[in-house]
Amino acid sequence: MRDVAIIGVGMTRFGELWNQSLRDMFAEAALKAMENAGVKKLDSLYVGAMSSGLYVYQEHLASVMTDYIGQRGIPATRVESACASGGLSVKSAYLEVASGMSDIVLAGGVEKMWDADDGSFILATASDQEFEAFHGVTFPGLYAMMANAYMHKYGLTREELASVPIKNHKHSVHNPNAQYPYELSFSALMKSAMVADPLRLMDCSPITDGAAAVILCPLDRAKEFTDKPIKIKGIGAATGPIALHDHKDITKLDAVRLAGERAYKMAGVGPNDIQFCEIHDCFSIAEIIVAEELGFFEYGTAGKEIAAGQGTYGGKIVLNSSGGLKAKGHPVGATGTAQIIEAVEQLKGEAGKRQVPNAKIGMTQNMGGSGGSCVVHILEAV
Amino acid sequence: MANSQRYTREIPHRYRLEAQKFDSGYVTLATRYICPDSGSTKSEMITLKGTGTILTYTTINIAADSFAKQTPFAIAIIETDEGARLTAQVVDCKLEDVKIGAKVELIFRKMGEEGESGIINYAYKAVLV
Repeated sequence: MRDVAIIGVGMTRFGELWNQSLRDMFAEAALKAMENAGVKKLDSLYVGAMSSGLYVYQEHLASVMTDYIGQRGIPATRVESACASGGLSVKSAYLEVASGMSDIVLAGGVEKMWDADDGSFILATASDQEFEAFHGVTFPGLYAMMANAYMHKYGLTREELASVPIKNHKHSVHNPNAQYPYELSFSALMKSAMVADPLRLMDCSPITDGAAAVILCPLDRAKEFTDKPIKIKGIGAATGPIALHDHKDITKLDAVRLAGERAYKMAGVGPNDIQFCEIHDCFSIAEIIVAEELGFFEYGTAGKEIAAGQGTYGGKIVLNSSGGLKAKGHPVGATGTAQIIEAVEQLKGEAGKRQVPNAKIGMTQNMGGSGGSCVVHILEAV
Repeated sequence: MANSQRYTREIPHRYRLEAQKFDSGYVTLATRYICPDSGSTKSEMITLKGTGTILTYTTINIAADSFAKQTPFAIAIIETDEGARLTAQVVDCKLEDVKIGAKVELIFRKMGEEGESGIINYAYKAVLV
């Protein structure tokens, strides 16, 4: 296996992109990434998307996307693992480069969510269709049930839970690609509509259009393209039960723990070595549970720690410097790739006012459904 | 949209609470070829009594279109007395009475209709006891 580096990144702004189609968005992100890397010809392409078929009735994205970025003829693969599609796309591209099969590979993700009418139904296809969605449960509902179980077990307070989106919105103010780059107050959160008790609208990541792409190549060729290659130091992926009720402990996400352990082992580092992490905060409770499963905080304590400032600049670790899914936006299939772009910008020292001081090693954690799948990347400046 | 065969094959668990019990003791309403805990392939079918306990719950205020007319409604993860875990609506009660640890009984209810000439869906829902 060869070492692999990221040599270019590109993404659309995240938001309600009414004037751009699914293919327009992917092409914008992909062509920006190719320009950023200085490559004109790809050897292969991966595109992550959760549900382009239900959102805009378009499948067969391998053909669509290569056609619209001037790369007809190359091999391409569509990757789907619900909201973890964008992260798994990068892992798949990594394997193709590391194996020696290809040198210059684009990995990206895209989702066109604002064209759809019944988004709650589409997202619920990432749950157990016959045993969860059939009974009317939504994704906010599943995470709300995790939140209620967690609050009951550990005594997490409403204020502590709110500290996650409040922090992430504060970070997003300095992200030019964020969908909602403004600060959020506790009183505004508590005035927002109840979606699924105890989760209010401002606990939930939004509906977002967007695309993101990165270019991978062998580390020993990276200097041909960039002065600042970013090495993919570790990758871990894992699966968990499709139904939340089949999690042995509803306050835990086993797939996140397993993916994290695998990424740490491959990278030869531990939680204390990670300076910043992009966490899949699809709902406020998710960041709390994930931060525990990745080993940043003890079980039952992450809410208290984040509320005390341990998840932001000057604390133990910076969580979601980009603003996270909550404030940056969550175009489901693009999110995992966009998380990696944030890590690359941090490690290159190009994150502006969001910059984590002296950033050398960072992590991204991308998750599907209610913990049915997870992929973790550890990146390092070399 | 479910056609008739898609609906029919779910009838044993939705109408009659028929569950699968592996020789490891693992009980599941969602039948499988292999036990996720032990790897065993030896099992028998049992009928759940329909009594259980709420492990966690929420109130759905914003639902998919097919459930929009029912909001707000309570939904819970329930562990039956036999150890099977399932997700079901909790009905015929005040939403604030749905709590972790509450005892419930599963009953047979209409879930909804799929269009004017579509299939009428039935399944289990829970009531507090």
